[in-house]
Amino acid sequence: MRTLRFLLRKEFRQIFRDKSIVAMIFFMPMVQLILMPLAADYEVRNINLSVVDHDKSPYSQKLIAKIVASGYFRLTGYNASFKEAFGLIESDKADLILEIPHDFERNLIREDHEKLFVAVNAINGTKASLGGSYLGSIIGDFNADIRMQLVTPPRFSQFPVIEVVASNWFNPVLNYKVFIVPGILAILVTMVGGFLSALNIVREKEIGTIEQINVTPIKKHIFILGKLIPFWVLANIVFTIGLLVARFVYGIVPVGSLLTLYAFISVYLLAVLGFGLMVSTFCDTQQQAMFIMFFFMMLFILLGGLFTSIDSMPEWAKLITRVNPVRYMIEVMRMVILKGSSFIDVLPHVGVVACMAAVLNGWAVLNYKKTN
Amino acid sequence: MMQDDKVIVCDKLTKRFGDFIATNEITFDVHRGEIFGFLGANGAGKTTAMRMLCGLSAPSSGKATIAGYDVYTQTEQIKKNIGYMSQKFSLYENLTVLENIEFFGGIYGLSDERIKSKTEELLQRLGLKGEANKLVGSLPLGWKQKLSFSVAVLHEPKIVFLDEPTGGVDPVTRRQFWDMIYEAADSGITVFVTTHYMDEAEYCNRISIMVDGKMEVLDTPTNLKHSFHARSMDEVFYQLARGAKRGD
Repeated sequence: MRTLRFLLRKEFRQIFRDKSIVAMIFFMPMVQLILMPLAADYEVRNINLSVVDHDKSPYSQKLIAKIVASGYFRLTGYNASFKEAFGLIESDKADLILEIPHDFERNLIREDHEKLFVAVNAINGTKASLGGSYLGSIIGDFNADIRMQLVTPPRFSQFPVIEVVASNWFNPVLNYKVFIVPGILAILVTMVGGFLSALNIVREKEIGTIEQINVTPIKKHIFILGKLIPFWVLANIVFTIGLLVARFVYGIVPVGSLLTLYAFISVYLLAVLGFGLMVSTFCDTQQQAMFIMFFFMMLFILLGGLFTSIDSMPEWAKLITRVNPVRYMIEVMRMVILKGSSFIDVLPHVGVVACMAAVLNGWAVLNYKKTN
Repeated sequence: MMQDDKVIVCDKLTKRFGDFIATNEITFDVHRGEIFGFLGANGAGKTTAMRMLCGLSAPSSGKATIAGYDVYTQTEQIKKNIGYMSQKFSLYENLTVLENIEFFGGIYGLSDERIKSKTEELLQRLGLKGEANKLVGSLPLGWKQKLSFSVAVLHEPKIVFLDEPTGGVDPVTRRQFWDMIYEAADSGITVFVTTHYMDEAEYCNRISIMVDGKMEVLDTPTNLKHSFHARSMDEVFYQLARGAKRGD
């Protein structure tokens, strides 16, 4: 234990002497948490719409006005023919084409029936599908308005009508920042902890100082602990700064208890740092460690459930996410911060992550070889 | 000399990397308090042999005991009893002189008082009092090497292994460095040293010369010069190393 004290003292001295690490610890969470949620928005706006209006009637004008007034669309073309409008899609100037046929107004009134044509540029998948459905719902709304004016609704509707009214629990106004900030914080802590720990032992290998350590009677698990604890403290600091930013910039106050949050984070960090240290023991250069960490971090983050929902992944991908620590972290963050889950609720998560921590750190100790 | 006087006993110690035999069945003994010179051209297998003796590298075959401990099974015991100074400077450059001494003292389990008195003594002897709070990285090479040696013998090991400790160091500092080696040897520490400087080889009690992984000769400098009909160790080395097939 006394050895550990000397190791920790040395590690902290080195860390705080390195200005770039200190800057990373304090500014990275602030900058990322302030910039990213503002820019990385799930909502799709500024969809470029081109309209081909063959009817040019008051009704078609009204429809176009309604679409533009929704705020999601930007009218980039008002074309005479579909062919002309399609040119805009080809040159990527339009995302959607709405074609209004001749006699749109007449058919709508007389026949009580009309078809519109919407062409979607599916190169940007999210924008296309969301844009298409926004447009669909605006047109549906428009249709309902007209029917109200023209048709006196019968006392009993001919067809059963089910209206769905949704209410959003835990995030009533669907403020995406409330949704994404805890997620970004989760990723941030993971990245800082993972990279710092992965690069550390390998750096000592590169410089050659590890030889001087290996020739001492130091115990392997003490050495690994000496690396683990400082980064654990640093990552906790990053997490705390992140929570403060969430509190004071976005007004996100965890509904659940902070104690639960920190209890989970403490175990989670052991897993992430253990992973970094394990990678570090396998690599000989910082470059190798960096590439390996990038590979895994990309997987962890993209399969972590922040950007895409895990529920909609194929079964095999869901299996992968079970061994992805980031998944558990993001879940717990949302559970505790948004829903107010208690420690008992997140206990299964803590259990899984604790197992990961034990395996990864054990692996790091085993694979750290003082004798080659 | 007496049997139990031997602190290093090597019997056909061998290290293979695939087909390449870095160190080929070397057999020798080193006595307590001796300054043992370990010579050879680049690539002759000196560093590999030394790393095996320090417990940094597992031998492929052969036997060896260091301070009575086996190189296969008791590497951690060995590490308590040796000091090591690698070819590459390996103290922490971003720690100060004091911090490095404190750290390695602590790792070797020295008490706080021991660390304090040792530090005092060491700074005094090296004339580094004024530099105690400077980062080690900012010191000139000669000082770094002297500091590294002092740290390697801080815990008063039975044997200290020095891998080309004076490479790139100026002649005056080299001289001072050898004074430190003599001092250590006088206090009973066995010194196992590799070097490329033949004048330094003359300072050793006994020297061995390795050629292509094999230990070709082992004797005192005087006897070696005599048997090779050479006037200096330089000539002895040339005669042996000329036949070497391996180079850098």
